[in-house]
Amino acid sequence: MKTSRITLYILLLIVIMLMALPVFAQDSDTTTITDDQVNEVAKEVYCPVCESTPLDVCETQACADWRELIRTKLANGESQQDIFDYFAEQYGDRVLATPPARGLNWLIWTWPFIALIGGAYIFVRLLRGMRRAAVGEASPTTTSVDSPSPTVEADDYVNRIEKELRGEQDKL
Amino acid sequence: MSEQAVEGTPKKPFNVTSIVIWVVVIGVLGLAAFGLVRNTTARPEPGEKAPEFHMTFFDGYTWDGKTSAELADLQGKVVVLNFWASWCGPCRVEADLLEQASRNYAGQDVVFVGIAYSDVEPNSKAYLQEFDITYPNAPDLGTSISDDYDITGVPETFFIDRDGMIYDFHFGPIDAVKLNSVIERMLADGG
Repeated sequence: MKTSRITLYILLLIVIMLMALPVFAQDSDTTTITDDQVNEVAKEVYCPVCESTPLDVCETQACADWRELIRTKLANGESQQDIFDYFAEQYGDRVLATPPARGLNWLIWTWPFIALIGGAYIFVRLLRGMRRAAVGEASPTTTSVDSPSPTVEADDYVNRIEKELRGEQDKL
Repeated sequence: MSEQAVEGTPKKPFNVTSIVIWVVVIGVLGLAAFGLVRNTTARPEPGEKAPEFHMTFFDGYTWDGKTSAELADLQGKVVVLNFWASWCGPCRVEADLLEQASRNYAGQDVVFVGIAYSDVEPNSKAYLQEFDITYPNAPDLGTSISDDYDITGVPETFFIDRDGMIYDFHFGPIDAVKLNSVIERMLADGG
């Protein structure tokens, strides 16, 4: 009789402890998230009010609220990416330090590479051109003094001289 | 000696290098122009069309029995559009006044709408509960509404007439004199 009553008390105690467990678990989960863990995510998010200030170093109340939101989400087991997605959806892509590669954001992601490849191509072409010019200067000239100038500018010059000479002859 | 027309130097065909240079230059200019256009959204001034927007109200809030609405749905009514945030101190100064005014003007074709700017949802809800705010309020998803209205902070209040045009604007916490006088003028103007 006495043993069964003790067993009953123990069972009751276990049930009460089990009922209290979820509440305890929730509290402990939130508090076990350290500031460093929060800041690890927060440094990738920007303050909504002050320009160009990451959340982890921002002093405003809005940022404090957002950091608490990050803490709660981490405690709920959400990943960094889940949290970034949430912030982008709620507050726009611009609050993220690394905007997701979608829509017009693709330009931000692709343009530097296009510019880099284009720049490298131009640089190589310029180098080749300079090398060719240097080789051309180093080689000896093959044109003789008597040979007519091949350039159009020279032709123009000759034409003008001939024209003037003809004019002088007509006068004489 | 026959005269010959002097021809200019023969044009070189468009080479790859110049194409690449032009692509880079046009790309850079295009990006700069895009950035400028994005950053030059101006706040709608009185007499201008109020930017259209869609809002999904916080749980428990409705307008005309619906849980979401667009500005176009409010056409024909005087709209008081207020931007606020729970973290904003000055917003608390005007919260009671706005709620009181919304109750005073109920049934007079005046609609108060609150938009929570860059706020955390539980805090927004706590704020609405704290001030017992009954008029419809919604979060600004993606900050698209505040972008279109180019708000520079909170609180800010826009008065939109029955035709969907901006009638007046107030920066900072609004006082009873300004709030009531603008609404009365709008109602008197039929605007």
